[in-house]
Amino acid sequence: MTISSIVMTLLFGDRKEWADLEPVPQDDGPNPVVKIAYSEKFSDVYDYFRALLKNDEKTERAFALTADAIDLNAANYTVWHYRRVLLQALSKDLKEEMKYITNIIEEQPKNYQVWHHRRMVVEWLNDPSEELQFIADILSQDAKNYHAWQHRQWVIQEYKLWDNELEFVENLLEEDVRNNSAWNQRHFVISHTTGFSDPAVVEREIQYCLNQIRKAPHNESAWNYLKGMLQDRGLSSQPGLLERVLELKETHCSPYLLAFLFDCYEDALENIAQKEKVEEEEQKETLRKALEICQLLAQEKDTIRKEYWEFLGRSLRNKYGNGTLSDEPMAENPEPSISASQSQEAS
Amino acid sequence: HLCFSFSSCLDASRPWLCFWILHSLELLQEPIPAAVASDVCQFLARCQSPTGGFAGGPGQHAHLAPTYAAVNALCIIGTDEAYNVIDREKLLDFLWSVKQPDGSFVMHVGGEVDVRSAYCAASVASLTNILTPKLFENTTNWILSCQNWEGGLSGVPGLEAHGGYTFCGTAALVILGKEHMLDLKALLRWVVSRQMRFEGGFQGRCNKLVDGCYSFWQAGLLPLLHRALYKEGESELSQQRWMFEQQALQEYILLCCQNPTGGLLDKPGKSRDFYHTCYCLSGLSIAQHFGNMDNHYEVILGKEENRLAPTHPVYNICPEKVAQALQHFLRMPVPEVMLNFAPNKGQRFCKGSLTFS
Repeated sequence: MTISSIVMTLLFGDRKEWADLEPVPQDDGPNPVVKIAYSEKFSDVYDYFRALLKNDEKTERAFALTADAIDLNAANYTVWHYRRVLLQALSKDLKEEMKYITNIIEEQPKNYQVWHHRRMVVEWLNDPSEELQFIADILSQDAKNYHAWQHRQWVIQEYKLWDNELEFVENLLEEDVRNNSAWNQRHFVISHTTGFSDPAVVEREIQYCLNQIRKAPHNESAWNYLKGMLQDRGLSSQPGLLERVLELKETHCSPYLLAFLFDCYEDALENIAQKEKVEEEEQKETLRKALEICQLLAQEKDTIRKEYWEFLGRSLRNKYGNGTLSDEPMAENPEPSISASQSQEAS
Repeated sequence: HLCFSFSSCLDASRPWLCFWILHSLELLQEPIPAAVASDVCQFLARCQSPTGGFAGGPGQHAHLAPTYAAVNALCIIGTDEAYNVIDREKLLDFLWSVKQPDGSFVMHVGGEVDVRSAYCAASVASLTNILTPKLFENTTNWILSCQNWEGGLSGVPGLEAHGGYTFCGTAALVILGKEHMLDLKALLRWVVSRQMRFEGGFQGRCNKLVDGCYSFWQAGLLPLLHRALYKEGESELSQQRWMFEQQALQEYILLCCQNPTGGLLDKPGKSRDFYHTCYCLSGLSIAQHFGNMDNHYEVILGKEENRLAPTHPVYNICPEKVAQALQHFLRMPVPEVMLNFAPNKGQRFCKGSLTFS
């Protein structure tokens, strides 16, 4: 055994300062199941933690022990809660606690408890000044860490730190245009600041999306964002968009582009249905184009979603077809559809 | 019993281990020996908190996730001994103690909010018949606010749509009878788009990698949506298939997610664990079974022995166990709320109220 492998900490059970406390072994019962093979160190620390909890001890030594307990299992939410109780009871330096939690999160960034703890400390200090930089650092290691984004959105919303966030998002999208978390953040920032009602904003965003699509045509995030932004007002409400997408179809086609076209046609049908004086030919043609895309996607371009596209096709035909569409290609329909009243509980 | 070398990082998740293992065994139609079942009951009884709910281990604080897992595990066992472990009155107290005014629930006293908590609460409350409308006041609206521009649901309002959270939110709404209030079409589009055209398995979020566990969290949404759409009068639903590629998912699970020495996993190259074993098998079951007892259609890839038992898409335990538990607890009266519950107990160090909105 070399010097470097010797760990120089005494078990709590061997420390004089702890001699007054009777450790509490875990009560798994006589026939335990899902037994964990605890290390000697683990059992030692947690036997003493249980003793502290039992006595409701609120001392420095208790506080110090929580760090050991956390180190052994950072997911033990009971220990974290106790540590927070002690932070208050002992009026501990919360700035020091920020340093502590910063280090723990850097080591274990995918743990719920560590982020929640940081949030509590930030709230108590009422000081978010380090947060955006810290989260940016965590995101630089994993740009999609869900906890990090959750904390970031909380900080921004709570302390109204919107000013530089769109720029932050654009930088992330520069690095990786396929980062869906960044696209989500884009939507978050805009919906909480300018909103999506301003036509100038919408046009800017459409432009942005189409530019990103030109660079990376098979990026589902960009297409989803485009649709997501416009769907409330209706895809056909944006003049000229359909034409721009049809242009892209020639050189930058993708299953996502085709699905977007389908959505445009479906939205158009919805609006046609509401207009009184409408060309029946126009409706038939739009329906035909929509069904053609469904079939193309189901049979060739997006076959993994065949069941879905065929369902959409049947649904659309059922809703807008008038039974006289004899010149229209039949989508493959292996089973007859029966009315809801006839069919049995499906699940 | 159920004894392997579990990692100490799961020391606050032991009821989960019970559920993951028991559910895997029930899907594989492996009987649970009575002695084991009894031992599990007694262990989970030790995980139950004196103030209600279940904790990650004996002596820990109650938390909605191990509460969900413990109740499910006990329902899988399904004996009177198992049902009797649950202190229904205290469980209701616990649920009230984590309920927030805005309709959400914290995961534990002094803990974080996200949509998992609503699912855990709704699941245990409905199974044990302690559910009242008042308990879930505003919860529907809170969950609905988690549906985002992508069509899926996020953990809290504003975040990215995610398979685990989408399942929790949707299943919770199904339990509350409010799933029709979602934009079902947008949700359907989002979830079917999460099946990977090359791998056949599901990703958790757009533009991320496939993971075997999403075989359940994502694919499990399709039975829920099928039923929801049917209830909304949708006439064009298939009578034989869910709206995802069932064979491709089975191929991914069977060909890519098995450890040759047993157990299942995220993706090739990852190590096996009981969580992935549970959810890969649960997803495989969903992919194999369409419909219900009256109208059942099967797609079994490979040998007949590959057939698993069906699983309930809301609770993820076998449908017979759901029915049996409901029948057992419906005979009992819904407990009255104890008037000494203190929603801010342990919360005096939080800024303002428990609400994080």
